Amino acid sequence: MECTIVIAGSAGEGIQTIGDVLADTLAAQGYGVFTWQEYESRIRGGQNSYTIRVSESPVNAPTMEADIFLFLNSESLEKYRPRIKPHAILLGETPAGEDSLVVPFKEMARSVLGRSIYANTIAMGALTAVLGVEQETLERVLAEEFAAKGDEVVRANHKAAALGFDHAHRACRDRCPWAFPKTEKTYYLISGNEALALGAFHGGCRFIAAYPMTPSTGIITFLAKHWEETGVFCEQAEDEIAAVNMALGASFAGARAMTATSGGGFALMVEAISLSGMTEVPVVIVLAQRPGPATGLPTRTAQGDLLFAVHAGHGEFPKAVLAASDAQDAFHTMCRAFHLADQFQIPVIVLSDQLLADSRFSVENFHLESAVRHSFAPDPNDFQEYKRYAFTETGVSPRLYPGRGPHLVTADSDEHDEWGHITEDLAVTAPSMHAKRLRKQVFLQQEMRAPFSYRTEDAEDIFCTWGSTKGAALEAVDALRREGARVGLMHWSELWPPPSASFPRKARLWTVENNGTGQWASLMALGYGRGAEKRILRSDGLPLTADDIRRAYHELG
Amino acid sequence: MSSVDLFQNDVPIQWCPGCPNFGILTAVKKALAGLGLKPQDVCLVSGIGQAAKLPHYLRCHYFNGLHGRAIPVATGIHAANPHLTTLVTTGEGDCYGEGGNHLLHAFRRNPHITLIIHNNEIYALTKGQGSPTTPAGEIRSLHLQGVEASPINMLAVAVAHGCPYVARGFALDPEALSGLIMEAVRWPGLALIEVIQPCITWGRHPLDWYRERVRQIPGTHDPTDQKAALSLLLEDENRFMVGCFYKNDTRTPFGARFRQRFGDRPLAGEDFPDMERTLEILRTFRPTPRT
Repeated sequence: MECTIVIAGSAGEGIQTIGDVLADTLAAQGYGVFTWQEYESRIRGGQNSYTIRVSESPVNAPTMEADIFLFLNSESLEKYRPRIKPHAILLGETPAGEDSLVVPFKEMARSVLGRSIYANTIAMGALTAVLGVEQETLERVLAEEFAAKGDEVVRANHKAAALGFDHAHRACRDRCPWAFPKTEKTYYLISGNEALALGAFHGGCRFIAAYPMTPSTGIITFLAKHWEETGVFCEQAEDEIAAVNMALGASFAGARAMTATSGGGFALMVEAISLSGMTEVPVVIVLAQRPGPATGLPTRTAQGDLLFAVHAGHGEFPKAVLAASDAQDAFHTMCRAFHLADQFQIPVIVLSDQLLADSRFSVENFHLESAVRHSFAPDPNDFQEYKRYAFTETGVSPRLYPGRGPHLVTADSDEHDEWGHITEDLAVTAPSMHAKRLRKQVFLQQEMRAPFSYRTEDAEDIFCTWGSTKGAALEAVDALRREGARVGLMHWSELWPPPSASFPRKARLWTVENNGTGQWASLMALGYGRGAEKRILRSDGLPLTADDIRRAYHELG
Repeated sequence: MSSVDLFQNDVPIQWCPGCPNFGILTAVKKALAGLGLKPQDVCLVSGIGQAAKLPHYLRCHYFNGLHGRAIPVATGIHAANPHLTTLVTTGEGDCYGEGGNHLLHAFRRNPHITLIIHNNEIYALTKGQGSPTTPAGEIRSLHLQGVEASPINMLAVAVAHGCPYVARGFALDPEALSGLIMEAVRWPGLALIEVIQPCITWGRHPLDWYRERVRQIPGTHDPTDQKAALSLLLEDENRFMVGCFYKNDTRTPFGARFRQRFGDRPLAGEDFPDMERTLEILRTFRPTPRT
């Protein structure tokens, strides 16, 4: 059994709380839950939606069309009508046609409980009844949600939930086919931003400086909330330039350090990415994409900054670009990012986007044991004489930390000699140092992980994806296979420099991306000499769904 | 007590022969030695410009980064390892111009860092353009009818923000300057020392012109009096006045809460959390336990 619930309303009306509580309730019942949100860039007003997809086992991919639609005002009903399936249950305060289930939340809250503030909890109760979930599970989630506000508030919310539940239960009769009774399964329910932050911590991150920018802010928010448990030093910088330079300073001094931002802030960081390349001070930068150019659509999703990330920074120097695709992958990608940054003393950019950042994913097991965690810090006592930029075969010079032994550690943004002093020796030192840095790229490329292949053995058509489109593309492959199409998937989590990849010889390659130009296709051509014959693109600020991909496949194939 | 010799290195110096920057270099080395520090204890951070080359000319750890970005780098270094004595040595174009926003926020953040700002009132390395402190009316290569904008009075701005230590020194008096640097490094919190550093190549006046004008802050001045410090600094005739204008030891230093909780151990890259600590946080993402 599977169901998509869409909750729509204005900013400030509480769709986030209703959605979160309902998602938690379904997760507590033991189901796979995936949520995604789209919202306007404002604090109050507008029309936003929170979508919950519930299924027996996790399907971490967005769906557009509602089986159950809860609307908190009549404008939201008008705006989202195209996203409502025929014969969906329309849950609201006012009648909305033959499939509507009227629950006067606010009026009930006022007349029975004396306060309209309980309207949303009445709505939660109603949704729980429509979904065929035990009222008791919602009560437990509410008890936790409102625990800090005291028993009286919890009791009032339980009463409100019961009102909504009973009302909807009576009204539903045989119109609601859903039942999500308790199962024995348990999944983590975690957002992309939370998983990125936790992965950073697990990967040894001890310092983050960032400037707030949607949709990246959740990363430092999570780490700031947990600083006492994690010992991660969190600093809100005055701007993105300060943020990345602080991270470089902390990294130089021995802390694994990061920053997180979105496109506009990343643009401000670009000079420092080049600095990281030149000084060989590692840094991890999360670039949570949203549609540009400029301010663009600040709260929407896109994969429009891939080429920007790959080419970020003046001059020539190695860097790695990774992309997280879901919560579990986000966790491990951050560990990998810190590992590669430290191993090769380079900047590593982790691409995320609004879909990944704000969505909540169901994860059965994070497999922490497989996370990459390795220190590259040499023992200062192993050096008689220490040269920070010593020439080596791999181009990687042993990196000591200042103040942690007898040796002096330097960093210089000018071209420098092995000691880190400014050089203008164009005959030997400058070209050798340039070559040393570029040598790292060769070894870095060998370390980059190959793409994940799915059902490619006999595939005639292969979807090539990266980042958060993975879930939708996987789902589309399965759906198309059921229809008899021989399709498969190659998905890259580590993008640049391009890892080795074996493409089935005869298959047609399709690029599937949340952008308007097919940026990954350009990089495939550059990296593999393989062009994509077909492109499935979406660049309206909303995520690609399996249905989008399936429809486009039929239209273009 | 360590000696100045410990800080000597043999890197060829790129400054113009006779540049007052040599005096600042002497003062820095003398102060570090006077503080009993070893090169391994000290990290210099700079941006870009002639002044920003200073870290290359003595033995210590250093980070010679981007134009204008010395302060955030130094802040990150200090956050990661508070045992290091971290100083920023850079020019006014770097610190008041390109990186001015970072300085304003350093006043708020208050890291225990000493800023030594070489003020030559000029962009020297790019051949004589006006800088944030060039006097209005002075003819410069991009201002052939004279600079129209007013010079920034950063020491007054610093005092207004309660920057814990605010002083002015003179590059041609390294003895007095090293005394200011020693006091500034010891002072808890952010210290700003602006140094009058006449430019012998692009400047408009001979060195003696400066020597005649530089004078000490009156002995009657109380540096703990913020308003008195500010009124001294607001008088244009006092722009060659040297010494410590303002001291304040009441400000909370940057990172105090973190360091109270975790002590002053460096944040070390090789420390990975126990699997159990990550799992503990992960468990909060499990659904509410069943009763």
